[in-house]
Amino acid sequence: MVSDETPDRDEPPQGGWVGRRMPRVEDPYLLTGRGVFVDDIDLPGTLHLVFVRSNFAAASIEGIDVTEALLVPGVVAVLTADHIRDVIPIRGYLDRAEFTVTDMPILAAEVVRHVGEPIAAVLADSPYAAEDGAEAVDVTYGVTAAVADFEAALANGAAAVHEAAPNNVLVDITLDPSPDLDRVFEQAPHVVDVEVSTGRLAASPMEGRACLSYYDDRTQQVVLHSSTQVPHTVRTAVAASLGLGESRVRVISPDVGGGFGVKCVVAREEVLVAAASRLLGRPVKWIEDRREGLTAGFQSREQRYTLSGAFDELGALQALRADIMCDVGAYSCFPYSCGVEVLMAANELPGAYRVPMYRVRSRGVATNKPPIAPYRGVSRPQAVLAMERLMEKAAKAVGIGPIEIRDRNLVARSEFPYRNVNGALYDAGSYRESLARCAELVEYDSWPTKQADARSDGRLLGLGISSFCEPTAYGTDAFGARKMSIVPGYEQATIRMDPNGSVVMMVGTHSHGQGHATTYAQIVADRLGIDPSRISIRQGDTDLVPHGWGTFASRSVVAGGGALDSAANTLAEKLRQIAAHLLEAAPQDLVLADGRAQVKGSPSRSIAVEELARVAHHASNRLPKDLGRGLEATESFDPQGTYSNATHAAIVEIDPQTGGVTILRYVVVEDCGVMINPMIVDGQVTGGVAQGIGGALLEELVYSPEGQPLAGSFVDYLLPTATDLPIVEVHHFSTPTDRTPMGAKGMGEGGTIGAPAAVLNAVNNALVHLGVQLERVPIRPSDVIAVMELASADRGVVP
Amino acid sequence: MKDIHDIEITINGERRAVTVESRRTLADVLRHDLGLTGTHLGCEHGVCGACTVLVDGLPARSCLMFGVQADGREVETVEGLGTPENLNTLQQAFMTEHGLQCGFCTPGFLMLLTALLRENPNPSDDEIRDVVASNICRCTGYAGILRAARLAADSDAIAT
Amino acid sequence: MKPSAFEYHRVRSVDEAVSLLTRLGGDAKLLAGGQSLVGMMNFRLARPSALIDISLVDALNYITSNEEGLRIGALTSHRAVERLDDPVASERFSVLPRSAHWIGHYAIRSVGTFGGSIAHADPAAEWCMLALLLDAEVVAVGPQGERVVPIGDFFTGFLQTDLAEDEMLTEVRIRTAWPHAALHEFSRRHGDFAIVAAAAAVQMSGDHCTDARIVIGGVDSTVIRVADAESVLTGATINAEAIGEAAAAAARAVDPPEDLNGSAAYRRHLTEVLVRRALDEAIAHGE
Repeated sequence: MVSDETPDRDEPPQGGWVGRRMPRVEDPYLLTGRGVFVDDIDLPGTLHLVFVRSNFAAASIEGIDVTEALLVPGVVAVLTADHIRDVIPIRGYLDRAEFTVTDMPILAAEVVRHVGEPIAAVLADSPYAAEDGAEAVDVTYGVTAAVADFEAALANGAAAVHEAAPNNVLVDITLDPSPDLDRVFEQAPHVVDVEVSTGRLAASPMEGRACLSYYDDRTQQVVLHSSTQVPHTVRTAVAASLGLGESRVRVISPDVGGGFGVKCVVAREEVLVAAASRLLGRPVKWIEDRREGLTAGFQSREQRYTLSGAFDELGALQALRADIMCDVGAYSCFPYSCGVEVLMAANELPGAYRVPMYRVRSRGVATNKPPIAPYRGVSRPQAVLAMERLMEKAAKAVGIGPIEIRDRNLVARSEFPYRNVNGALYDAGSYRESLARCAELVEYDSWPTKQADARSDGRLLGLGISSFCEPTAYGTDAFGARKMSIVPGYEQATIRMDPNGSVVMMVGTHSHGQGHATTYAQIVADRLGIDPSRISIRQGDTDLVPHGWGTFASRSVVAGGGALDSAANTLAEKLRQIAAHLLEAAPQDLVLADGRAQVKGSPSRSIAVEELARVAHHASNRLPKDLGRGLEATESFDPQGTYSNATHAAIVEIDPQTGGVTILRYVVVEDCGVMINPMIVDGQVTGGVAQGIGGALLEELVYSPEGQPLAGSFVDYLLPTATDLPIVEVHHFSTPTDRTPMGAKGMGEGGTIGAPAAVLNAVNNALVHLGVQLERVPIRPSDVIAVMELASADRGVVP
Repeated sequence: MKDIHDIEITINGERRAVTVESRRTLADVLRHDLGLTGTHLGCEHGVCGACTVLVDGLPARSCLMFGVQADGREVETVEGLGTPENLNTLQQAFMTEHGLQCGFCTPGFLMLLTALLRENPNPSDDEIRDVVASNICRCTGYAGILRAARLAADSDAIAT
Repeated sequence: MKPSAFEYHRVRSVDEAVSLLTRLGGDAKLLAGGQSLVGMMNFRLARPSALIDISLVDALNYITSNEEGLRIGALTSHRAVERLDDPVASERFSVLPRSAHWIGHYAIRSVGTFGGSIAHADPAAEWCMLALLLDAEVVAVGPQGERVVPIGDFFTGFLQTDLAEDEMLTEVRIRTAWPHAALHEFSRRHGDFAIVAAAAAVQMSGDHCTDARIVIGGVDSTVIRVADAESVLTGATINAEAIGEAAAAAARAVDPPEDLNGSAAYRRHLTEVLVRRALDEAIAHGE
C-alpha cells in the first residue's frame, strides 16, 4: 500500500497506537529541567579530571614534569602512562588481511599522533583546580613531521603515523565482483567522471562526552556513568582494558544530550576515568569541554570519491568504477575500527541505483588528526553526494534531465526484493515513486522557466535533487561480515507487568532524543491492549537491561522494537492463558483490547488486565501449577536489515556578489515503511536534514599543514542556527517491510544522508549557465565567488 | 589564595545564600552549588546558549557571567517555569510541537523565549526566528522550536 | 574551559573603578557585559589577575541627545541602542539602531554593552566601525580626571586602545549627525563576526557629496577608514559610477589576510561589494 499522506496533526486515533502522533512521554521532565545528564550527578568526594593533551600533531614525548602541577591548590594527583601500565589499550579490530592493526593508548607514553591526544590526567577537587593543574604540567616534546591530509600522508617519503603502516594506509579494500567491467567501459557510449570531496566534521551533540566513575564495594563493581549510546559495548571495552570480567563493570547511560554516532564507540577517556577512580579510590568525573570536543574528540566525513560511470545511450548506468579515500585520523575506534567509513563507502556506494557492474577500491588513510568514529549516515552522505553528482553529469552527457536519469536508474518497484551488485538484498521501497512525487511537489517541469525568469532579474536560483536508499538496522549477519572483534546487531527486551497492571520495558537500545519511551510504548500498548501511559521504559544500565547494542545506525525501532514486539507477544499469550483460566474460555478465543481480555464474540465475558496482573502475582494459587509464575518475558530480535528511501529537493539562491547560499525551500519525500509515530519521524528527518545542510554549507574542522586544528570553538566551527535553515517539508510514502513485525524500517539517518547532495546539486544548478561547478562540501561563499570569477575570466568578462 | 565571596541570589523568587570562588561561573554555581541542574553547559563560550537564564529579567549566558556577579540580583532558571504535572504554556507548546529531542538545549531555549514573549507577546515569525537563532539545537533543525514559539505566542493563556 | 583565578571587585561608581584600577595595576580588567572577555577567560586566552565589575554602575547606562549631539553611556546595552526611541536621536543617528541587528543575537545584545564593545576594540565590531564612521569621541576617566579622545586616535592595534591601564571608558559622544549612513556586513551565519563589514556615511547637498566616510571592519588589526574611497566621493556627484569607483578604491586599499572563510582576494572582493551596499543604503536613507 502506497500513500502520500502526511496524516493530519490532530487526526483522531483509529485502530491501534502505532501510527499516531502521540506527544512524547519524555518531554515533561526534560522541559522542566529534571533530566539527569552525567554532569548533573554530584557525588560526595568526587575528583574532577582534566586531561593534558598534546599540543603537537606528531612528536615524541621527551619528558613529563608534574612537579608544579602537584603543588597547585586542589590538585590531588596527576596520572601519566606510567601509572596505568596495566590498563590495556583500546583495539578497534577487523579480522581482514587488508587491515593494519593499531592500538589506541589510553594515555600516550612515547609518542603523540595528533593534537589533543591525552598525555596525562590531572585530578583535583574542582574542575577549575584541575585545569590549573593541567596548565602546570610541563611536557617536553620532540616535534616530528606530521601528515595532515591524504596527499601529505600518501606522498613519497611521508612520515608514517604508525610504524606498522609505513605507507599510512590502514585499510585497503577492493571489491571486484564484475570481471567484465573494463570491457563495458571500453564500449560504453558515455563515460562520465566525477571527483568529489567532503570536509572533516564533528558530530557535536550539545552535550559533549561525559563520564563519572566510582567503585561499588557492595557489588564489587566499577560503576561508570557515561554519556554513551552503547552502554554494553562500553562495558565490554572498559572491562577488557581494566582486565575485569564484564560483570565487574556496570555502565549507566543516563539522559544523553545527543549522540549522532560519536558516542557509539568507546573512548580512551571512558577507560581512563574508570581506571583513575580505581587507582584513587574516589569518584572521578570528566566532562568534555567544547574545545576538547572539537579538537580531541572523534571526527568524521573527510573523504574523496573518484568515480567513473559507464552509461548506455539512454542513460542507464552499466558499470561503476570508484576509488575512495577516507582520512581516518590517527587511531582505530572500538568496536568499528578505522575501517568503518571505508567499508561502508565501498559497500553502499551503489545505493538506490541499479549498478550492474562495480569495482571499488576504498582506502583508509592515517593522518595526524583525531580518529574517526561513525557520524549519522557514516559515509553515505558522501557516497550519495558522489553518486548524485555522477547522475547530474551523466544526464548532461546523455542529454536528458536530472529526473529522467534518476528514474531510469533507480531500482523499480517490480524489482524488489532487489539483490545489488555487492550481494545486499533490498526490501521493497518507493524509489522511483518518491522521485516522481518530489519532482511534482517542487514543480520540476516549470523549473527551467522559473530559473530563467529569475536569472533575467539578476537572481541565481538552483534546484537540486538527491535520491537514495538507507540500509538500516544491520543484524548480526551484516556486522559479522565486517569481521570486527565483536559482532553487534541483535537486540533483547524484557517486558514485565507489575501487580497493578503497569508495564516496564527493559531494552538494550538507548534513547537520546529519539523518543523510545514513547514509540516503544506505542508498540507494546497495541500488543497488550493497554494504554501507553501504563508503560514505562528502563534503559541504559547494564545491570538492569538485557544485553544489547544500544542506539545507532537507525536500528532501534527495528531491533529494539522487534525484540519488544516479540516479548510483548509472549507476555500477551500468558495474559490470555490466565484470562482463559479465569473466564473458562480457550486462550485462542481471547483478545486483549481496551485494557481487558475479552472473549471473542461475547463482550460480556471479559476481565481487566489489572485483575490478571493482580491474580498472577497476589493470587497465583488460583492458577494452574503448570502455568509459570510472574508476568515477565524476554525475547530477542536479530534484524535482516531494512532499506528506507527518500528523494530530497533543495531550492537555493546564490547571492552573486557575496557567494552566500540561502536555501529557499527544502522538500523531502521519504519512505520508512510503517511509521510508529509520524511526529517523531518528521522530527528525525528535519533534524537530520539540518545536520546535512550544516555539512553542506557551514561546518568544517580545518587543519593546518602541521596538523593544528583551526576550528577549535563554535566561533569557527559553524553549526547551523535557525536563520540558516529552511522549513523542511516532509512527505511520506509507506511501503511496509516484511522484515519487521510492525512493517517499520529504520530511519534516523536519512535526513543527513540526502541533504549534502541536494544542496550541492542545487548550487551547481544555479551556476550551470556559467559553465562552472563545485565538487566539494562545505560550499563556502568564497568557493562560489572563486568559480564564478573563473567563469567570467574564461569568457573574458569582468564580473 | 582563593578569592571567596558570600553572596545571595534570588533564584526563581527564593533567596539563596552561597559561598563562591569569584571565578566560578554562574552556570556552575547554579548547577553544582545550588543543585539547579536544569541549566546546561554546551560550549562555555557564549555561542550555544544552552546555559541561558534570566538575570534581572534579561536573557544571559550563564557561562559568560560569574556567580559572584549575581549577588543581590534576580535569576530565573528553567526550574522556575512549570512542573511536569503542570507545564506552562511555552513548555506545553514545546511538547505539542515536538520542539525538543534530546532535551539538552531545551532549557536555554525556554528561557530565551520566555524573555522574548515577555518583552513582545506578539512577535512576528521573523522576530521569533531571529531570537531562536541566538541558541543552538543539534537535534531538531529548529522547526519544532519555531512552531512552539508561535503556538505559545498565539495562545490565549499568558505564555510565560 | 574554566577561567583562571582572579580577584573580584564590584564597584558602583566610576571613581571607585578608577581608584581600583590604579591600585590593582595592569593585570586588572574592567568587566562590563563580559560577552567577549569572559569567553576569552574560559579559554584562558585572557587571564586578568582581578576583575572590576562595573556592570552595576547605573550612572553609565544612558543615551542622551541634544543640540550638541548624542552621548551614549558606556554601560548602555546593545539592545538599548537597538531600541533607541528618542525621536531626534533616532532620526539623526539612525544608523546606530539600524545596525544593531548585526551584533550577535538577542541574548548577547541584551547583556553586551556599547562601551565594552568600543573598549574591546575588535576590528570587526559594529560599534567600533560606527564610532569611527561618525567621528565619535571617547570619554576616558583616569586618576587625573577626564579626557576626550578623538576616535581616530583611539584604536591602536588588535584589541588595543589608547586607554591607559588606569583609565576607563565612560561615554561615547557623536557630535555630527550623519543621516545618510549605513552598515553592511557578510558572514556565513547571521550574527557572527563579519568576514568583512563596511560602513558608509555621506553628507549630501542635492546629489552632490560634500563629505564622506568609509569604514571597513574585519580586514585589518583595527577598524579602518579608507581615505582613498572617501576622496572619490567627496566633492563628486553621487551616482552608480561614483559609488562603484569608491567601492573599487576601498577594495584596492585594504590588505586582508586569508582566513578559514576565504582568501585575501575574496575578502577584498567582499569589501567592494559591501562598500557599494553600504553606500547605496546610506544614500537612499534619509531621502
